[in-house]
Amino acid sequence: MRNMVNLTQPYVDQFDAVKERLPGAQLPWLEARRVAGLARFKTVGLPTVKMENWKYTRLPNLDEPGFRLATWDDGHVAVAGVPAFFSDQTALVRLVYVNGIIHPELSQLDQLPDGVSVEPIAQVLETDPGFIEQHMGTEAVAYDQGFAALNAAMMESGTVFRVATGVVINQPIEIVYLNGGTAEPIYRHPRNLFVLESGSQATLVKRHAGISAGAYFNNAVTEIVVGDGAILRHYTIQADCLEALHLSSVHVRVGRDATYENFNLAIGGRLSRTETRVRLEGRGSHCNLSGAYLMKASEHCDNTTVIEHLVPDTTAREVFKGVLNDEARGVFQGKLIVHKDAQRTDGYQMSRALLLSNRAEMDTKPELEIYADDVKCSHGSTTGQIDETALFYLRSRGIPEALARNLLIQSFIAEALEEISDLRVREAMAHQVIHWLPAQCYFAEEWKQP
Amino acid sequence: MLEIKNLHATVGGNEILKGINLTINKGEVHAIMGPNGSGKSTLSYLIAGKDGYEVTKGEILYNGVDLTEMKPEVRAAEGVFLAFQYPIEIPGVPNTTFLKEALNSVRRHRGEEELDAMQFVKLIKAKAEELGIAKDMLKRAVNVGFSGGEKKRNEILQMAVLDPKLAVLDETDSGLDIDALKVVSEGVNQLRSKDRAILVITHYQRLLDHIVPDFVHVLAHGKIQRSGGKELALELEEKGYAEYGVAAE
Repeated sequence: MRNMVNLTQPYVDQFDAVKERLPGAQLPWLEARRVAGLARFKTVGLPTVKMENWKYTRLPNLDEPGFRLATWDDGHVAVAGVPAFFSDQTALVRLVYVNGIIHPELSQLDQLPDGVSVEPIAQVLETDPGFIEQHMGTEAVAYDQGFAALNAAMMESGTVFRVATGVVINQPIEIVYLNGGTAEPIYRHPRNLFVLESGSQATLVKRHAGISAGAYFNNAVTEIVVGDGAILRHYTIQADCLEALHLSSVHVRVGRDATYENFNLAIGGRLSRTETRVRLEGRGSHCNLSGAYLMKASEHCDNTTVIEHLVPDTTAREVFKGVLNDEARGVFQGKLIVHKDAQRTDGYQMSRALLLSNRAEMDTKPELEIYADDVKCSHGSTTGQIDETALFYLRSRGIPEALARNLLIQSFIAEALEEISDLRVREAMAHQVIHWLPAQCYFAEEWKQP
Repeated sequence: MLEIKNLHATVGGNEILKGINLTINKGEVHAIMGPNGSGKSTLSYLIAGKDGYEVTKGEILYNGVDLTEMKPEVRAAEGVFLAFQYPIEIPGVPNTTFLKEALNSVRRHRGEEELDAMQFVKLIKAKAEELGIAKDMLKRAVNVGFSGGEKKRNEILQMAVLDPKLAVLDETDSGLDIDALKVVSEGVNQLRSKDRAILVITHYQRLLDHIVPDFVHVLAHGKIQRSGGKELALELEEKGYAEYGVAAE
C-alpha cells in the first residue's frame, strides 16, 4: 500500500512553492484559510475506494502522467474559438477562461445590468475582499473531502457571480472554461462563489470543454448562496476530453421560499465526479438536482448528491439519466438527510441508466436518513438496455437500426432534460446530446467562431 | 404480391406455424381470423421481420423476392407495413420527428430526394387532415398519453405517410370502442387502392363490418383451415371456432 504522507507531500511542497503568487496572497485571513485547508488535506488525504462515498470511483494514479500546476502561460495557449452552445445570441453575458485566465477578447461583458456582477475571483480579491471573506469557506463546505480541502489551500482562479436584492435577469449568464491544450498535463483548482441576494433571480450556464485531446485535471469547488425568495437556475455542461479528470464539489445554501435548480450534463471526460451538497435552510425552500450523462470508451462519470432538509416544508427532486457505451462506468449516489425538525419534507429521487454495451457498468446507491416523522420520500433506480420492441417498431417504419438506436437514446435522455425549466437551455442541451450520439469530442476544428 | 408457401416457423423453439399457404394479389383485402394462440401475430411479425421468429421450412415471397432475408427497415422501404396491435410509446420524440425520419429513411432507400422540414410539414398536415387527425397529435411525443383510438389512428397515419404496397393490420380493433373502430376503419378504407394489398388480422368479425374483405381465411393450430369470401366471417361469428377444434373462451 502506498503511504498517505507520500501521496499528499507533493501537493504540500507545491503549495510552499507557489503560495506567494496565489491570488489574495496579501490577505492574512485568506492565508490562514489556505493553511487550514492544507492541514485538513494532510489529515484527510486523497480519497480512496475504502471511503464510503468514494467506493465506486477509483482515482487513477495522479503521478502518471504527472500533472503540474497551471501557470500564466497556460492561460495563453492558442484556442480556435469557443464551442457554440446557444443557437443565437441568447446569452446576455459571457465570460471565457482559458486554463483559468479570463480572455476579454473571447468574452462578452458589456451588457451587464445594474445589480449584477460576474468577475474573476482574483479581481474581486483586489476590489472587494470582504465579500469573499464573508461567503467563502462557510460551514456549507464540508472539508471531509480531501480535494475540497486542497482547493481551499490552492485555489487560484474561478468566478464570483453576484446578483443584488430583487434583481431579476431572464437571459442566461454564460461562463465558459476552456481547458488543456498544453504540452504537459496541468492541474488547476478553480473556486467559484455565486451569491443571489434575497428576491433575485438568475440563470447561469457553466460550460467546461477541452481545447484539444490530452490530459488535464480540474479540482473545482463552487459555493452558492440562494437568498430568501431567490431563484437560481444553475446549469453545467461538462464536455471534457477523453483524458481529462474533472472533480467538482458544489455547496449550496438555500434560504426561505428560495429555489435552487441544478442540471448537470456530462458528455465527456476520463473521470468526472460532481458532488453536490445542498442545505435547505429556509422554510419553503426547494431544490432540483438533476442531470444526464453520456459516456463512452472507458470514461467514468460520478454524480453524488447530498440534500439536507433542515427546516419544515422543504422539497427536493432529483432525476438522473445516463447512457453508457463501451466500457464506460456510471455512478449515482443520492443521500437525503431529513433532520428532526424538517416536518412535511417532500423528496423524490430517480436514477436510470441505459447500457449500450455489456461491458458498461452502473452503480447506484440511494441513502435515506430520516429523523422527522411526517415525511414523504420516494426513490427508485433502474438499469437496462435498449428496448428491443421499441427498436423493432422504429425499424418497421423504415428507420435504419443505427438511427433508431439514436432516437431511443434521445428519447431516454429527454425525460431528464424535462427537469430544465429554462426552455432555451433545454433545447441547447438536447443539441449537445445529439452531438454526442455518433461519438465525438469537442476538438477545436469543430468549433464555431464566437 | 405476397406468396407464403408451406411456412413453418418457431418462436423460442416452439413450432407456431405449421405449413401456411397464402397468396395475396395487389388490390385485394384479405382477412385472417383465428382464436388466441393460433399464430396470427406470429405471421404478422414474420412478415415485418421481428427478431426471435425463425422460419424452419417454406418461404415468404414478396414480389418474387424472399422477404425473410431482409432487415425490417429494408422491408419497410420496399413497401411492407405492419400496424401494431400495441403501438409503442416513445417519450421525448415528437410524432412529426418520428414520421419525418421514417419517411426520409424510406425515400433514401428508394433513391428519392429527402423532404425538407417545410415540404414535410405540408405533407403531414394534408395527410392528417384527410384522416381527421388533430394537429396536436402531431406535436406530441409518439403515442405518449394517446388513447387507444388515437394510437390506432396514429398507426393509420404512419401508413398513409409511408404509402406501403402491402399493409398488415394486426388486431387493429383490439381495445377500441365502436366509435373509434369506425374512425380507424374509415382511415383504412381511404387507403384501399388497386395498387395496394391489405391483410387484416383479427379475432372478431366486427372489424370486418367496416373493412369489408375480399377473402377470409381461418387460422387455427398454425395452419389455414379454411378460406372463403366475406360470408365466412359471419359464419364464424355465429358458430365460433369450435369446429376447428378450439374450445369457446
